[in-house]
Amino acid sequence: MSESGYADAQPRMGFFTDTSVCIGCKACEVACKEWNAVPAPDDPSGMDLLGLSYDNTGDLGANNWRHVAFIEQQVPASRVNKSDVDNLGMPTIGAPEQEDDTGVRWLMSSDVCKHCTHAACLDVCPTGALFRTEFDTVVVQPDICNGCGYCVPACPYGVIEKREDDGRAFKCTLCYDRIGDGLEPACAKACPTDSIQYGEVSELRQRAVERKQALHADGVTEARLYGDDPDDGVGGTGAFFLLLDEPEVYGLPPDPVVTTRDLPAMWRRAGAAALGVAAAVVASFAGARR
Amino acid sequence: MAECHPVGFQWVMEAKNRGAKIIHVDPRFTRTSALAHEHVGLRAGSDIAFLGGLINYVLSNGKEFRDYVVAYTNAGAILREDFADTEDLDGLFSGFNPETGEYDVESWAYEGGSDETLEHPRCVFQVLKRHYARYTPEVVADICGVSPEQFLDVAEAITANSGRRRTTAWVYSVGWTHHTVGVQYIRAASILQLLLGNIGRPGGGILALRGHASIQGSTDIPTLFNILPGYIPMPHAHQHLDLDMFVGLDAGKTGFWGNMRSYVVSLLKAWWGEHATAENDFRFDHLPRLTGDHGTYQTVYNQLSGKCKGYFLAGENPAVGSANGKLQRLGMANLDWLVVRDMQLIESATFWQDGPEIATGELASEEIGTEVFFLPAASHVEKDGSFTNTQRLLQWHHKAVEPPGDARSELWFYYHLGRLIRDKLRDSTDPRDVPLRELTWSYPTHGPTDEPDAESVLAEINGSGPDGPLATFTALADDGSTSCGCWIYCGVYADGHNHAADRVPGAKQDWVASRWAWAWPSNRRILYNRASADPDGNPWSERKRYVWWDAEKGTWISPDVPDFEATKPPDYTPPAGARAQDALSGSDPFIMQADGKAWLFAPAGLTDGPLPTHYEPHESPVDNPLYTQQANPARQTFGGEHNRYNPVANEIYPYVFTTYRLTEHHTAGGMSRGLPYLSELQPEFFCEVSPQLAEETGLEHGGWATIISARTAIEARVLVTERIKPLRVRGRTIHQVGLPYHWGSNGLSTGDSANDLLSVVLDPNVHIQEAKAATCDIRPGRRPRGAALPELVREYQRRAGVEGSEA
Repeated sequence: MSESGYADAQPRMGFFTDTSVCIGCKACEVACKEWNAVPAPDDPSGMDLLGLSYDNTGDLGANNWRHVAFIEQQVPASRVNKSDVDNLGMPTIGAPEQEDDTGVRWLMSSDVCKHCTHAACLDVCPTGALFRTEFDTVVVQPDICNGCGYCVPACPYGVIEKREDDGRAFKCTLCYDRIGDGLEPACAKACPTDSIQYGEVSELRQRAVERKQALHADGVTEARLYGDDPDDGVGGTGAFFLLLDEPEVYGLPPDPVVTTRDLPAMWRRAGAAALGVAAAVVASFAGARR
Repeated sequence: MAECHPVGFQWVMEAKNRGAKIIHVDPRFTRTSALAHEHVGLRAGSDIAFLGGLINYVLSNGKEFRDYVVAYTNAGAILREDFADTEDLDGLFSGFNPETGEYDVESWAYEGGSDETLEHPRCVFQVLKRHYARYTPEVVADICGVSPEQFLDVAEAITANSGRRRTTAWVYSVGWTHHTVGVQYIRAASILQLLLGNIGRPGGGILALRGHASIQGSTDIPTLFNILPGYIPMPHAHQHLDLDMFVGLDAGKTGFWGNMRSYVVSLLKAWWGEHATAENDFRFDHLPRLTGDHGTYQTVYNQLSGKCKGYFLAGENPAVGSANGKLQRLGMANLDWLVVRDMQLIESATFWQDGPEIATGELASEEIGTEVFFLPAASHVEKDGSFTNTQRLLQWHHKAVEPPGDARSELWFYYHLGRLIRDKLRDSTDPRDVPLRELTWSYPTHGPTDEPDAESVLAEINGSGPDGPLATFTALADDGSTSCGCWIYCGVYADGHNHAADRVPGAKQDWVASRWAWAWPSNRRILYNRASADPDGNPWSERKRYVWWDAEKGTWISPDVPDFEATKPPDYTPPAGARAQDALSGSDPFIMQADGKAWLFAPAGLTDGPLPTHYEPHESPVDNPLYTQQANPARQTFGGEHNRYNPVANEIYPYVFTTYRLTEHHTAGGMSRGLPYLSELQPEFFCEVSPQLAEETGLEHGGWATIISARTAIEARVLVTERIKPLRVRGRTIHQVGLPYHWGSNGLSTGDSANDLLSVVLDPNVHIQEAKAATCDIRPGRRPRGAALPELVREYQRRAGVEGSEA
C-alpha cells in the first residue's frame, strides 16, 4: 500500500520541471488555461503590466495554475562568457573600453502545484473536496468544495487560492482528466523544449539526478534539485524542479514544511490536557463525595 | 529564435544538450540569449562589420577550408581590370552613377579564366582579402560596440567548429533582412559559410527563420510582385515581348536554369490549359508585366497620389505592421475601396474610424471616401492546406473544425471571387478579359459552403503529363506536354499521393527522415548536398558523411536525395556545346548557378555591390569610420511631408531604436491581441531601456515614455532592464531603445504602434524597409493628445532642421 492509502496503487505520477531549458514562452500557462477552461479576463481592466521583467502573471492562483517566473540577474561578465579562450594575445589597443562589462543572466522557471507527499491542503479540507488520486496527485473536486478556504493558508507554497467571483478553491489537477486516459498534462504536452516533463515520479527523480550531474560536469555547478527529497518538510513533492539558483530567487520557500506537521502532536497535547482536566474534574467530584 | 520560433528552438536545445555551442549575436538580450552559451550584444545595424570582421579573421589567419573553397566557389575567378572596390573608391564600387543612384554592373563581371592557386591579384580570393583587410577586431569594436576579446572568442569558436570534420550553422531572422543593406547581410554570412565549407553539408547552412508560418511558401508561390512561382522572374513589359525574349537569356545558360523554358511553358499550361499552345506562345502574353517598382511601399505612394485605387489585405495589418504606419493609413484613406480579410477587426480595417490621425484631426471620418469591406477569415485549423517552413518542408494540415459564422478560407474566397468575375465576363469581347476567361479555374468543391478541394490545387501545383502526376521537375518539357504550377514543388503529389501529408515519425525512419512531409525540390532535405563530398566524390570526413559516389554502382548514394544528377560521375567533363546541367562538371555542386560554383563575389544579380561592405543605417547616430560614403548609395529613399528622415548623428534624435517581436504576440497582433489568454501575458505596449539611459533621461520603471522620430511620437510603458547595455561606439556612448511592435488600438492588449516611428527607406534589391535600426529621442511622460501631437513632431523637425525638407 502506498502512502496515498490506495491498495495496488498505480505508480506515482508527477512533473519534473527542468528550468535550465525553459525558454519562458509561457505555452504551459496558455495550454493549461485552454484545457482546463480557466476563466479568462474579458476586458483589459484585469490585465496589468507588472514590471516584473516579462512576467505579467505574477504568481500561482485560482486562475493561474502554471506561472512562469522571469528573474533578471547581474553577474560578472566572466560568469557569462564561458570561454575557453582566455587570451589570444591579440592587441586591444585602439578598441574602446565598453561601458559596462557586467553580464546578465535571465532565469525562467515554470512553477506549478507541488502535489506534496504530505499535502496540508488535503489534510485541512473538511468536505473531502480535496483528495488524493490513484496517481498520488492532489486534486480539488469543484462540485464538493464549499469554499471554506481552509486550504488556502494551509499550503506552504501559496499555490491554492479561492476564485474571487466563485468562492471555491482551484489549483492544478495535474490534468486528472487527461492522465487517466494516458495523455500527458496539457502544459507538458505544449512545452517545446521539454522543460516540463511528465512521468512516473521515481523515474523522473532518476532523470533529474542525471541531468543535475550532467550540468555539473558542464560547469553549471549551481544546478540543484528542489522538491526531490522524500525527507523534506512535505515528504518530497510530486512536482519537483531543477533550479539554477537558490529557491528564494524563484519565489519558492527554501524549506517548506507541511503546515499540518505538528497537528498530531498538538492534538496529542490537547488530548493530554483534556484528559488532565477531565481527571481533575472527576477527582474534584470524587473529593466532594467524600 | 526562442523568442519568435519557440517550437523550432527545441532543436537548438537538443543540439546544446549534445554539445553544440550556442552563440547569440543580437542587439537585444532575449529569451534566446538566456539559453545561449554566449550573447554578443552589438549595435543595431552593424552586423556587416561584425561578419566582415569574421571573414577577415578567417582570411588573415588562413582558417578557410581551402580544398572546398578552391573546388566549389568562385574564389579563383579573375575579375576585370576596370573593377574597382570600395577600398579604392572610398565606399563605392565601380559603375556608380550619382545622378540615378544606381550601379552599372558591367565592370563586376568575370574577365574569364581562373587561378586555382588563388594568388592572382585580381582573383576573387585576393579581392576579398583586400576588401575585408580593414575589418580588424578593433574596427569591429569601434563600429559594433563588441569588445575585441568577445569578437575573437566568437571567431575562434566558429573556425574551430568548421572544416572537414565539423560544421557550423548560422540562423537569422528579419533582424538581418530589415535593413537598407538587408540582402548584403545575408551575402556576408554566405561568404563566411563558404570560406568555412559550411554549405551543402549536414549541420551547416544559413537558415532563414521566416516571419510567419508559411512565408517560405508565399515566396515559393509568391505574393511578391516581381517573381512568378518557383522564382521565375516576372516578365518586363518592354524587355520581354515574347517567350523567346523572356527565356532567351536563361535558355542559353548552363546549370538547371538552362531549362527555364520548360518551367515557364509548364506554368503557362497549368494556368491556361488547352488555350496555351505552341502557336500562341503558350499564352505568354496573358502574364502580367512589370513596368517598374510595384512593391508595397511604392504602392502606398501610388495610393497617396491617387494612382492606386483599390487594395486587398489578406492576413496583413499594414496600419500596425508596416514601416511608417501614418503613411499606410493616409494611403488607405485615399482609396476607392479596400478589402480586409482577417480573423479580427484589425486596425487596417478601422483606421477611418478610430486611427491615430482621427484623434489628431489630420483625418476626419466623414471626409474619407474609402469603402472598406471586412470579410472574416478562417484560421489554419479551420481549413485544409499546407505550410512551407524554412527547411522548404511542405507540411499538410487538415481541417480540425468548421470556421465560425461567415469566416471562410483564402482558397474559398479567391476561388469564388474568380468564379464570379469569370461569370460576369462570360460574354465579354474585350481582349483584356481573355486571360481571365481562358484561365483554368475548375476545382472540385464540397460541403455546405462549396469549399474548394485544397488537394486539387496541390495536384495542379505538382503538375501532370501524359502519364498523370509528375514525379520530379526534370520531367518537365517545353513542348506543352506537361503542366506544372510551380516547378520546384513538382513531386509533392507524385503518384497522385499527397506527400506533404506524409507523417512517418522520426523514430520509425533514418535520421534524415525523408518520409516526414516533403521538401522541395524533389524531397531534398539539404540543398547543394553534392558539396558534402569532395571533388572525387568521397565524403570530406566520416563524421560529416552525407552524399558520396559509388563507382561500382555508378551512382550517388545518400540517406537524402542527392542534389545532383544521380549517375553523373565526379570526373564528368562537359563536352563542347553542352547546355543546361550537362554543361556543368561532375564536381560542380551548385547546380543552379551558371558556373556551378558558389559565389563569394557576385558578378551579377545584385544592384548594390558585388561584395557586402559596412554602411551605416540610413538613420545612424555615428559616421561611417570606413568610408566617406555613409550609407548604402543605392538605397531607395522616398520623400514627402510624412516621411521625413532624422539626420545622421543628430543630437535631436540621439538614440538608436530597434523593433522586434515577443513570444506572446504574433506580428501586428491580429492573431493575438484579441485573445485573452495571450493578451494578459503581455497586456500593453512597452519600451525597454538600460538603467543608464533611464537615469540620463529621467525615465522611471513602470512609468511612461514618449518616443519621437521625424515621423511621429508614440508613448509606451517603461521597462528598465539590465538586459540592455549602453555601447561604446566611435568614441561615444550609444544607447539603444527596444520597441516590440505588436500593438495598435484594437483588441484587449493595446498601445501605440512602434512602426509608426519608422521611415520608409528600402533595400534596393528587394525593397524591404529598414525596420531594425533607426534613431529617436525618448523622454519621460505620456505623449500629447490631439493636434498637440503633430505639433510636437514638427517642433522636433524644426530643431533638427528637417521641417519642410522633401528628402
